Amino acid sequence: MNSERHNCQLELRGAGGEEKNTTLIHFTSACTAASLCPPLSLLLCFRTTTTTKIKKKKMSQQTVNGVPSRGKVLTLDNMNPNVKRVEYAVRGPIVQRAVQIEKELKEGVKKPFSEVIKANIGDAHAMGQKPITFLRQVLALCSYPELLEDNKFPEDAKKRAKRILQACGGHSIGAYSASQGIECVRQDVARYIEKRDGGISSNPDNIYLSTGASDAIVTMLKLLVCGEGRDRTGVMISIPQYPLYSAALADLGAVQVSYYLDEDKCWSLDVAELRRSLNAARQHCNPRVLCIINPGNPTGQVQSRQCIEDVIRFAKEEHLFLMADEVYQDNVYAEGCKFHSFKKVLFEMGPEYSSTVEMASFHSTSKCYMGECGFRGGYMEIINMDPEVKAQLTKLVSVRLCPPVPGQALLDLVVNPPQPDEPSYTTFMKERTVVLADLAEKARLTEQIFNKVPGITCNPVQGAMYTFPRITLSQKAIDKAKEEGQVPDMFYCMKLLEEEGICLVPGSGFGQREGTFHFRMTILPPTEKLKVVLHKISEFHLRFTQEFS
Amino acid sequence: MRTGSEGTSWDLTTILSKSPLALPPPPRRVQSEATGVVQKMSENGVSSRAKVLTIDTMNPTVKKVEYAVRGPIVQRAVELERELSEGIKKPFAEVIKANIGDAHAMGQQPITFFRQVLALCSYPELLNDSTFPEDAKSRARRILQSCGGNSMGSYSASQGIDSVRQDVARYIERRDGGVPCDPDNIYLTTGASDGIVTMLKLLVCGEGATRTGVMISIPQYPLYSAALAELGAVQINYYLNEEKCWSMDISELQRALDEARRHCNPRALCIINPGNPTGQVQSRQCIEDVIRFAAKERLFLMADEVYQDNVYADGCQFHSFKKVLFEMGPEYSNTVELVSFHSTSKCYMGECGFRGGYMEIINMDNEVKAQLTKLVSVRLCPPVPGQALMDLVVNPPQPGEPSYENFIKERTATLSALAEKAKLTEQVLNTVQGISCNPVQGAMYSFPRITISAKAVKEATDKGQQPDMFYCMKMLEETGICLVPGSGFGQKDGTYHFRMTILPPTDKLKILLNKVKEFHQKFTQQYT
Repeated sequence: MNSERHNCQLELRGAGGEEKNTTLIHFTSACTAASLCPPLSLLLCFRTTTTTKIKKKKMSQQTVNGVPSRGKVLTLDNMNPNVKRVEYAVRGPIVQRAVQIEKELKEGVKKPFSEVIKANIGDAHAMGQKPITFLRQVLALCSYPELLEDNKFPEDAKKRAKRILQACGGHSIGAYSASQGIECVRQDVARYIEKRDGGISSNPDNIYLSTGASDAIVTMLKLLVCGEGRDRTGVMISIPQYPLYSAALADLGAVQVSYYLDEDKCWSLDVAELRRSLNAARQHCNPRVLCIINPGNPTGQVQSRQCIEDVIRFAKEEHLFLMADEVYQDNVYAEGCKFHSFKKVLFEMGPEYSSTVEMASFHSTSKCYMGECGFRGGYMEIINMDPEVKAQLTKLVSVRLCPPVPGQALLDLVVNPPQPDEPSYTTFMKERTVVLADLAEKARLTEQIFNKVPGITCNPVQGAMYTFPRITLSQKAIDKAKEEGQVPDMFYCMKLLEEEGICLVPGSGFGQREGTFHFRMTILPPTEKLKVVLHKISEFHLRFTQEFS
Repeated sequence: MRTGSEGTSWDLTTILSKSPLALPPPPRRVQSEATGVVQKMSENGVSSRAKVLTIDTMNPTVKKVEYAVRGPIVQRAVELERELSEGIKKPFAEVIKANIGDAHAMGQQPITFFRQVLALCSYPELLNDSTFPEDAKSRARRILQSCGGNSMGSYSASQGIDSVRQDVARYIERRDGGVPCDPDNIYLTTGASDGIVTMLKLLVCGEGATRTGVMISIPQYPLYSAALAELGAVQINYYLNEEKCWSMDISELQRALDEARRHCNPRALCIINPGNPTGQVQSRQCIEDVIRFAAKERLFLMADEVYQDNVYADGCQFHSFKKVLFEMGPEYSNTVELVSFHSTSKCYMGECGFRGGYMEIINMDNEVKAQLTKLVSVRLCPPVPGQALMDLVVNPPQPGEPSYENFIKERTATLSALAEKAKLTEQVLNTVQGISCNPVQGAMYSFPRITISAKAVKEATDKGQQPDMFYCMKMLEETGICLVPGSGFGQKDGTYHFRMTILPPTDKLKILLNKVKEFHQKFTQQYT
């Protein structure tokens, strides 16, 4: 992959000159995208942006007037090529356009809508969800310990705050913590995991606190990447996937190995598909890692215990490191569905598995009932990691000093919430239950409404925070999109944004089977607003279908 | 387990025996690395038993990363603390971690105003509490209003909250005497480290002799060497002049650059001002020379200015690279690419735990900037409490506001205590025979040179340790004081140093300095 790219560059660079230079960008970007992204749609999307960039480039070069030595030190041509290949649709061009439109609305520009609804991201508080009182009380106490004298705060909140502060250097959340995270928080995390997994032991030494789950996922992938050419590390990720994975793999120059979830079976994971994908990948890289998101993002499926067992067996058989992204572990809504942690299943399969299969599991303060994304709290638990590698991991995280301490404090509260005999318990449970019950209702509502629209089919949202419905786009619409240099579902979503002010993420940003189209929408807006959003999308879809029939 | 030199590179004795500067590139272990053959053989041919991820099959660039500030000596310090708490007898009652610039851990109190606003932002019900001053409330309201759903729990824009970036831009304009600053060029970060690594990542490309080289000072802050190792970039060392108070010399830059051009493609020049670990404050003239050098040699400038408020020495003043750049006229200010870093962790705030920071980019190519914006979006956003704190740092209480007086009092007390401690440290250490210490003009550290006798060097070498690591380890075991050996930062061959933060409270610092003094005398005696 790398050599292919470099060849292109060399050839064209030999030709030199300004005009050729622009060709170079086009060529490199295109072939890079092609070698990186299995979904063709992504490639098309990339081309669009490249084309517009070329125009700009030409203009700016004219203004510089051909004095090559005056050119920038750092240009698109000589920057890190891996970074160029990174794509992150959840905050991609459509979100940038949404922000622009918001600005236009503010400036009084007339639009067919009065506000932009950003349903592109699982950002609970931005959608109006209220923070859990207890969590915020403790954070306020930790921030300004003078409040510990204030009798408005309940005793359990004060107790938690004191405990956290005592574990901080100089009793301040302004001190650096240990790089792996505050010790007592790691102990609380371990106890939480033990409780969650029915007593299977968890060692605080295996817990690493992180800056959101993203940080830990990237760190683990970074550890795993090695080799060149056919020996380069391959990482299996689901399609559709959460694009952090593809972005991190591009950044690290690892090989993305795609396995497809079965949309017809409610986005379930099939070991035969894993095997197909693995065998195909072995022709050109060294697959070493299998990433699973459960409950699924963007697809919302909740894996059965059986499926998890099969995956673990597969990982062992094929000598793969397992990465279990379990940040939605409290977000399970569908009847008959239950969250099973990979760790619990692993240990229930007996020592043959539990003492050999290497695994990392990720969790975060950003999802579930908390939705505290801004604090960037999270942890990972590592299991069966080679002690030498673990030492390297500890060293690696030390370079960034420590995860944000307020996020660590928050995580501590999440894993150690008010207990039945404590004063904040009732309110805490009430708030927690309301959020989760609302989400369950919204999950059902979303599925129901979408499935009534001809041309939209939607799997049940069993868990997580998103729906990922399939949309039928006519050939005429596809042609029109092509004409505009966009992938069809980007064209669809852009049009929806311009006409209704609703910001979704096109399915191509997550990957999808060729010829199918989807979008991801969060189910987080308050019920009443969600109904309006669903209604508007339904209308838009009908209109769109008519326009391009 | 493997016992090859690389296989145990995190092992204490091995890591100490290697200077991070002189590390030869480890031989590529192509086949064994990819397949784990070595591991499998050592495990008696039971191939299915081998780990997927071993020291042989992990990312080789990660193995090369070293970060002395939190390295083996700190791990030993933590162990000692545990032993003490378990009642094991030691020649000291507590471990003093003077290895890191962690102000609050050393007892510095947070600035009241900052923490009031953060409490208000965390728990907005407190906005109805009459005990909070009005200016704290109005800051909190403004921050909350720019958060999604008026909550710090929302993701912010990846580049950072709009209003915070505007405040940062205004702060920079004030600092730089009106030189304009565009909020679009401000990126909020997770501490300065995050910004630095992101910028280095953008800059790295090429292979072999065209691989990006990055010039860093020696001594340096080891984040730089660690990031370069991880990115597989080439580290280019230029030496600060210890005899001239760790000043920077253009001819030395030129020497380093010319040598490097033979084996890599030098594209960036990193400057830390005020210096870490060396505490020097650069003169305006020196900065101008550096900028001219960067323009001439086509280097991207990275100015690490996180200690910009930490200037103590008489006659020294902080000059931002940006201000000097713009005072040099459009020939420079329109062309030289520069990024400057700042943080909430240092200065008078010392709020390390919040991981707040920003960088300002100047003259960056628009297309590259778009790539930067994309890259930071993958990590969603810097921690919002850190962004809020950054906002308060750049927009503190103003004269006439209720919190102003107290704020200034707290700020002044911290900075003047630091100035006193800087002087004290220099004075005391310079009374010790075998220790010589440049004035701590700025930042938070002293980096004195220590004389280590040939006998001590030999004993260290026999133990497989760097002499200054041997020295610091011995000091830790005997006195409970945790310092970082100079080899972790880089130093001229044959010279030895340690870094010590000047942050402990004055009384404690005095005790500390005396203990260091006694230890050094004892050590010198023991090894003569």
